[in-house]
Amino acid sequence: MNSIILRTTARLILPLLLLFSILLLLLGHNQPGGGFAGGLLAAAAYALYAMAYDGPSARRLLRVSPGALLGLGLAIALLSGLVGVFMGQEFLRSAWTEADLPLVGHVKLGTPMLFDLGVYFTVVGVTLMMIFAMREE
Amino acid sequence: MSNLAVLPIVIPMATALACLAASKRPGAQRALSVLGASALLGATATLFARVLETGPVTLQASGWPAPWGITLAADMFGASLALAASAVFLLCVVASLAGVDRRRQAYGFHPLMHTLMMGVGGAFITGDLFNLYVWFEVMLMSSFVLVALGGERKQLEGAMKYVTLNLISSGLFLAGAGLLYGEVGTLNMADLSRKLADPQSAGLVAPAAGLFLVAFGLKAGVFPLFFWLPASYHTPPAVVSALFGGLLTKVGVFALARAMYVIFPAEVGLRGEALGWIAGLTMIVGLLGAIAQTNVRRMLSFALIGHIGYMVMGLAVGGELALAGMAFYAAQHMLVMTGLFLCVGLISMDRGTEDTRELGGLWSERPALAMVFLFLSAALAGVPPTPGFIGKLALVQGAVEHGRWGLLATLLTASVMTLYVVFRLWLEVFARPRPEEDSAAVEALPRPLPGSMWWPAVGAAALTAALALGSTWIFPLAERAAVDLLLPAAPGGYIDSVFEVAR
Repeated sequence: MNSIILRTTARLILPLLLLFSILLLLLGHNQPGGGFAGGLLAAAAYALYAMAYDGPSARRLLRVSPGALLGLGLAIALLSGLVGVFMGQEFLRSAWTEADLPLVGHVKLGTPMLFDLGVYFTVVGVTLMMIFAMREE
Repeated sequence: MSNLAVLPIVIPMATALACLAASKRPGAQRALSVLGASALLGATATLFARVLETGPVTLQASGWPAPWGITLAADMFGASLALAASAVFLLCVVASLAGVDRRRQAYGFHPLMHTLMMGVGGAFITGDLFNLYVWFEVMLMSSFVLVALGGERKQLEGAMKYVTLNLISSGLFLAGAGLLYGEVGTLNMADLSRKLADPQSAGLVAPAAGLFLVAFGLKAGVFPLFFWLPASYHTPPAVVSALFGGLLTKVGVFALARAMYVIFPAEVGLRGEALGWIAGLTMIVGLLGAIAQTNVRRMLSFALIGHIGYMVMGLAVGGELALAGMAFYAAQHMLVMTGLFLCVGLISMDRGTEDTRELGGLWSERPALAMVFLFLSAALAGVPPTPGFIGKLALVQGAVEHGRWGLLATLLTASVMTLYVVFRLWLEVFARPRPEEDSAAVEALPRPLPGSMWWPAVGAAALTAALALGSTWIFPLAERAAVDLLLPAAPGGYIDSVFEVAR
């Protein structure tokens, strides 16, 4: 699609959408959101870019292949499950730690967050894989 | 709690990911694939040994207790089928090194094999109906791609039929699970078993049971829902047929057994007369189909359907002996079917055809292959002393015990029909001389068979022989599997294990 309005908007809105997708991911633990919704939004951001420009430039912007993201996501999710095993407890048992992060303050970090991150990357990978493949048909 | 129970899911998943990461290095990928399959075999063997020692092994994922969390529970039936399945899987992975062309291997063949196996392992050990649905979907998706991978015309045709019918089955399964959840408020199999045993909970339980019967029956390939199977099994590379023929329908039978004996009480009527008819018709129609075919792989696919009828018959007859026969028959059938499909793959590599009208003369040219095929096909027909005979004998004794004479007669007819199919295969493919027109080619020296495909076929035959030789020791294990199915509420049994009742 050759529209300067769409192109400009897509370029400006992309970082905002990505930021919001990370917000959704982080909110997901006890509010609406989560890895799935966040991942879809991030994928939508790249899909919009691909529509405004073209598939190859969206791929270049992503830098890694969607397949690699998919594998990374699954690996992170699997690892988050194995943490429990290494602690000598059940598979997928959550482990928590508390930390003081600069700018953010006092937070509780746990493996459910890691699992959600895995879901996020998996969803981005799968969705973009499908969208790019369909655009290049 | 024991994390052993999650290994049949975690190992194939990790292997699939490792294979995916190594997709640029075919050599490393193939090594990882074989390594992962061997590790899986080791893990399921350990799990099996543990179940043998202590009874059902349970894991509550993430530590949430039973009716609320995700339960993984391996009883004797599930663990033994998982062990047989991972043995078959290792054979298929090794065979794929030579039996699947490089282009397919480069295009994600190995990761897909392992995701398929993740679904199979998950289905055998899950203790939760919704998770069973998820594992069925994992199996369906990866098997769909494995059928279609390569993109030949006939493959896509088979894959479309395969995926359409299996999607319908998934839909029915999900609808049944929804109904059941609405009615009883749980999908944990052990919890369902306890709650449904209470006669108060009638309502929509019978329709839900009917939906499960159709959904699992379609996966198992029983009459009249088997059409997807012969339409798709002969289209992909023979190694894929070997894996599917060995594993996928047995998962359907397994789910059917779980639903009939662990989840629903006898009053729901799943164990009634209807199932006997389904079993009988599956045997006869499947084997009639096999007699009518000329493509070796299609013949085997139809024979496979007929023999699913044997296993369903075991479920329909019920009782310890018939169920033990069913479990034993299912386990040996995995090995036999895989071995036979691998042999067909070798034949078609050698001759470039799978049509019985164009084959012949293999007995004189490939005596070793002929011997392996002869043995495996004898096991398929259930000729003594093969393990197929032992399984069938138990089914016959069970049928006599319960006075199911009609089914008994059908089983014996089906056995004679299988024998006919095997004899025809034997005569047309091996014994008779090669058809005239290409006798010029006979002069050419036969190429050696690729070892990585030949040895798995030999391995399948050897394991089948081992099942027969060790049957005095192995059959009692099948009886234990039957007891686990029949009496899930027994002290220290399946249900106690899920709810972690102190033993």
